[in-house]
Amino acid sequence: MSADFLYGIEVIINGLMAGVLYALVALGFVLIFKASGIFNYAQGVMALFAALTLVGIMEGQVPFSHLINAILGTEIHDFGWEVPALLAILLTLIVMVGFAWAVQQFVFRHLVGQEPIILFMATIGLAYFLEGVGDLMWGSDIKTLAIGLPQGGSIWVEEFTSGLGGDGFYGFFIDKLDMVATIVAAVLVIGLIVFAQYTKQGRAMRAVADDHQAALSVGISLNFIWVLVWSLAGLVALVAGVMWGAKSGVQFSLSLIALKALPVLMLGGFTSIPGAIVGGLVIGVGEKLFEYTIGAPFLGGATENWFAYMLALIFLVFRPQGLFGEKMIERV
Amino acid sequence: MKMKTLAAMALAGAMAAGPAMAELVIPDLSYRTGPYAAGGTPFSDGYQDYFNLLNARDGGIGGESVRIIECETGYNTEKGVECYEATKGEGALIYQPLSTGITYQLIPKATADGIPMHTMGYGRTSAANGEVFNWVFNYPANYWDAASVAVNYLLDENGGDLSGKTIALVYHNSAYGKEPIRTLEELSAKHGFTLTQLAVDHPGQEQKSQWLQIRRERPDYVLMWGWGVMNQVAVQEAANIGFPMENFIGNWWAGAEHDVTPAGMAANGYKSLNMNRVVDYPVLGEIKALVHDAGNAAGDGSNLGSVLYVRGMYAAMLAAEAIANAQEIHGVTAVTPAMVRDGMEALDITAARMAELGMDGIGPEFAVSCENHGGSGQGLVQQWNAADGIWVPLTDFIAPDDGVIDPLIAEDSAAFAAESNITPGCL
Repeated sequence: MSADFLYGIEVIINGLMAGVLYALVALGFVLIFKASGIFNYAQGVMALFAALTLVGIMEGQVPFSHLINAILGTEIHDFGWEVPALLAILLTLIVMVGFAWAVQQFVFRHLVGQEPIILFMATIGLAYFLEGVGDLMWGSDIKTLAIGLPQGGSIWVEEFTSGLGGDGFYGFFIDKLDMVATIVAAVLVIGLIVFAQYTKQGRAMRAVADDHQAALSVGISLNFIWVLVWSLAGLVALVAGVMWGAKSGVQFSLSLIALKALPVLMLGGFTSIPGAIVGGLVIGVGEKLFEYTIGAPFLGGATENWFAYMLALIFLVFRPQGLFGEKMIERV
Repeated sequence: MKMKTLAAMALAGAMAAGPAMAELVIPDLSYRTGPYAAGGTPFSDGYQDYFNLLNARDGGIGGESVRIIECETGYNTEKGVECYEATKGEGALIYQPLSTGITYQLIPKATADGIPMHTMGYGRTSAANGEVFNWVFNYPANYWDAASVAVNYLLDENGGDLSGKTIALVYHNSAYGKEPIRTLEELSAKHGFTLTQLAVDHPGQEQKSQWLQIRRERPDYVLMWGWGVMNQVAVQEAANIGFPMENFIGNWWAGAEHDVTPAGMAANGYKSLNMNRVVDYPVLGEIKALVHDAGNAAGDGSNLGSVLYVRGMYAAMLAAEAIANAQEIHGVTAVTPAMVRDGMEALDITAARMAELGMDGIGPEFAVSCENHGGSGQGLVQQWNAADGIWVPLTDFIAPDDGVIDPLIAEDSAAFAAESNITPGCL
């Protein structure tokens, strides 16, 4: 097989892996939108905040230490201990559940019945507020995420496949971190599906997603379900933050990963978990393949961002609800 | 009668207060929040701490204390312009915008207001032509110098011959990232190397395509013009594909500690340019003793001695020297922005002076003139030692290829002069 053909396959494989990372971010949007009709602009910042909190807890950093030191004139920075990764993940999840409760208690409980645009604006405010709180709590420096995730290309895959092509082919490159992300995403999606199908809370969550009024009439607490949904979105944000943060260090640019999720949502639909996954994969493969075949050789490169949106736009024109989204039919 | 009484009271009040204490107002357009805070914070700490040292040790500059006005830009151009407008009325003497985007917006404003601007190693490269950009200075070096210094270093590494070699430029897909392209194209034609260009879209979190292309094409060297998260991801991706880190060279905005630490030991051997040498200078000890220990540090003290802290301190030193120059030229201590501009244009940074200031060899020797606002253009190459967590200077300061760069500066500044109706000349 020619090297160009094999490199094309390599691009597709890496596109699929990148798509999984995009889908991880998109999942958080879908969970909240499906259950409450809120387009959560703060999802990217939640990923940042969760990752910051995880590193802060692991390193034994004192939250708000800069603020405390500035007010009290002290020199406190850390507790002097380090927390094991698993325990830190658990503690971070507790923080994200607390955040979910606070969001529901102090923001959205007061906005029940408001127009979707009002709810959307509230999430914009939430995003900036959370970014500021994250900065105050953990500082703005770049943090290294050391939870033992593998990095680098898989030597085994490279050596195993290097004989497929001629001299110009060096074997497939597959990032070990991307492989882990794929497995984690698969486990996460299966877990979410099992939770939604086979648990009482999961079924209640689906009932709320289907019809708020009907769910209320059978005694389901909307307040509880929305806290649950924001907590699940917090869990997804933590996973996304960890995977993206492992590549670049945990830093404030992490909040911008939300930009990668928007075309995925446009393509996959705002209400479908499988849609987020398939949308992520289509966008990942599409943008990488376009860059490989047309973008880099003919257009000067850096086509991935706009191509992803263009691809999503084409889908939107022909299928406004997305690949798996629910079609809205309003009778007058 | 009433007016006379009021005037007398005002005069009496003024006399009772004694002679007015003049202040040297230096705005610090910083960014301690947002995606670029990791780069903005240490620079700002170094910039402010040096002025705080002068206040604590020398009573300021020429007996006039320095007042710093910090304004947070978030590395946002609009906010940067707001900061300029909000601070210029305070008597600002010199601006250091620390952003190419903000610099471009402030060039016409600062020129109209008559306030000098120092854009050290960033901003509009052709501002090195002082006859067109009377109020803008970009010494000691600019982006085009950086591209040439990198190529000269590679020439030196390859026995003076780069013909047949391939150099890939990984750049931020913005005006900043595209700055070195023209220079590198000229140098490619001159030295016979092949230049490949790989653009990375903002913010640079996803670079898989670019690094797969590098893996396929196997260039001999990779140069990088990055900033923010693009740098950390690029270093990690280079390590992932097994690219030899010693053949990967970032510019001086891609060579700080935070650019390499997220990749851990995998970043070992990565190189970058620097316009200022980073070693343990005596002045850092003075800052520790007289500023930090006295509780007057601009930040939490953790950045002392880091790459960007030292660069901020170096920028402050150059500003302070220009102010001292202005005081000497005009014979007054309470200088105006126009006088500071004169001081900048008469700047002569010698090895002896840097040693005297406790910063022996921090930068190249250079002299500024009306025609040359860009300094010597020299830069050095440093390498990351991951085990010790330090940048190690590998070379002395390397001169750029003025034969290539000077005509480019002349061409670009002439175009700016034509479109802005500027008649080139000295003030």
